[in-house]
Amino acid sequence: MIARKLGSFLLPLLVWSLVSYLPFIWHPKVQVEAPGGVDYFLPGMLVDREEFAQQSADMRQQGLALPTGVPANPIYLPAPHQVAKALYTAFTTEPEQKDAPWLHESLWQSIQIILWGFLLSSAIGVPLGIVCGTYQSVGRLSEPFIEFFRYLPAPAFGALAVAVLGIYDGPKIAIIVIGTFFQQVLIIANTTRKLEATLIEAARTLGTRGVRLITRVVLPGILPDLYRDQRILLGWAWTYLIVAELIGTSSGITFFITQQARYQHFENVYAAMLIIGVIGFGSDLLLGRLGHFLFPWDRTRDRT
Amino acid sequence: MTDHLQQTPEVKERFAQIYEREAILEVQHLGKRYVTAKGETEALRDINFRVHRRELVCVIGPSGCGKSTLIRILAGLESLSSGAVLVDGKPVSGPGRDRGMVFQGYSLFPWLTVKGNVMFGPEMSGHPHNIADGMARQWLELVGLTKFADAYPHELSGGMRQRVAIARALVNEPRILLMDEPFGALDAQTRAKMQSHLLDIWKNLDITILFITHDLDEAIYLADRILVLKAHPGEVQELIEVPVPRPRTPGQSMTAEFRATRAHLESLIHPPEVEAGTPEEAAVLGQSHMIRFTNVTDNVE
Ligand SMILES: Nc1ncnc2c1ncn2[C@@H]1O[C@H](COP(=O)(O)OP(=O)(O)OP(=O)(O)O)[C@@H](O)[C@H]1O
Ligand SMILES: [Mg+2]
Repeated sequence: MIARKLGSFLLPLLVWSLVSYLPFIWHPKVQVEAPGGVDYFLPGMLVDREEFAQQSADMRQQGLALPTGVPANPIYLPAPHQVAKALYTAFTTEPEQKDAPWLHESLWQSIQIILWGFLLSSAIGVPLGIVCGTYQSVGRLSEPFIEFFRYLPAPAFGALAVAVLGIYDGPKIAIIVIGTFFQQVLIIANTTRKLEATLIEAARTLGTRGVRLITRVVLPGILPDLYRDQRILLGWAWTYLIVAELIGTSSGITFFITQQARYQHFENVYAAMLIIGVIGFGSDLLLGRLGHFLFPWDRTRDRT
Repeated sequence: MTDHLQQTPEVKERFAQIYEREAILEVQHLGKRYVTAKGETEALRDINFRVHRRELVCVIGPSGCGKSTLIRILAGLESLSSGAVLVDGKPVSGPGRDRGMVFQGYSLFPWLTVKGNVMFGPEMSGHPHNIADGMARQWLELVGLTKFADAYPHELSGGMRQRVAIARALVNEPRILLMDEPFGALDAQTRAKMQSHLLDIWKNLDITILFITHDLDEAIYLADRILVLKAHPGEVQELIEVPVPRPRTPGQSMTAEFRATRAHLESLIHPPEVEAGTPEEAAVLGQSHMIRFTNVTDNVE
């Protein structure tokens, strides 16, 4: 199962390697080794292939030293080994800029924001969603309002959140909560509504009433689907992270990435992206496995 | 040709005994209207009948005549629009443990094991876990599913699931067992087995059964009396005493009483003059604009 999932990564990796290591496939640039007679060339500089050919021709005509160089890809496409090295150094050597956070510190910061935001949202969103889905009257009362709020883009609340909650982690967590909560209530209310009505009726004929209908029938009945919903919502929370981390004092993995991009350390950017992907994908895979283990009766699991 | 009204002295005697028992379920002038956005439907009109203790009554009638509506009202899952339903002389308000229900779609709790499903009722009535466990085991043995106590419902066959559903309802010791086409989804063989199984259980318990079916043979095989409903609106057409003596065996379906009863039911449900349920249905059937999905050349007739 996992092997099959990893298999789907092989093809993109192969393409990336081919493009990086076989000069005749793409390599639209030339990395200058010796500038020769060209006054503005510097060693290590990347120039367009046409530009390099033009300059070489000019030098030959003028009888000056020819520049030398090797074909290269643009700066924004580092080779796999460069990214791998960046990944390694990111965890082993101090960051170049003083006071800059280590990669893992940035990551941990981001993960904390996500987890707090998601937990806070779930603490209210899940029960509210279940109640909305179970009792038609509650649903009809609250859902239109939530539906309205859902369409307001979470970033719009950024300035407000900063004004209310200060510039540190408070507003960032708030953005994750706002981005997750409204969807969460609607999705979970919907999941709850899809529970077979006869299960509730069967429970009622067996003497179940009141709160126990929710705790003993509705909740266990929707649990596998609820779990699936939460997995998807957690993925969404990650996308709101970018917005969240750009407001107030920018921080976390987004800060790390924008910093590295500014200094054109694209191998670091890719390393960070890779780690985010691995964490997101890995945790979802793990949660999926956990779901198999937790809900042995769930028959839809074979499809996911 | 014998008539379905002719009864042997033993059968007559049996019905006399039944009518001497107290009426456990009494339905008086029951009416039900559904109000929907499209308008009002009168599902049931002025239904009157009584069921005596330990009686097995089957309900038959054309599709849409309100059989499910009736049984859901008796279960307390649906409100009534007029009239009254009395169980043991007391009006029904909402579901209660005195009335167990078995649904056509099994509706077992998928997250509970077979035993967990059967234990559900006792746990809801506040029995401690070990007592509920014991009750469940006893019932699983009775329906022959001890080996599957720890299986989940989706691992069982349809017949087994329905046996779990019956055990789950009966473990609560209801006075009345309501069954809405419980064997409708089963194949013929399993169905026959379940019918005799149900009769076995019924013989050994103090339980009154109201059983909905659209299978005439099933109704005759199981029932003391058969309540025949007619559609639009649902009304009682007849309440028939089944003249087939007990104990019932599948072989009785060839006897004169059985066939006479069957012929009579047939004439009630499918009256001689061609008349489909609703006017719209009749129109559809009459025009017969069924599209042919086969190629004309590969003629099957
Ligand atoms: N919830 C509802 N809302 C509106 N109308 C309903 C509802 N339930 C049933 N009806 C209508 O009441 C009538 C009786 O329905 P019911 O399901 O009781 O029939 P039935 O005899 O059980 O049919 P079948 O043999 O097909 O199961 C039908 O005309 C149906 O359209
Ligand atoms: Mg029905």
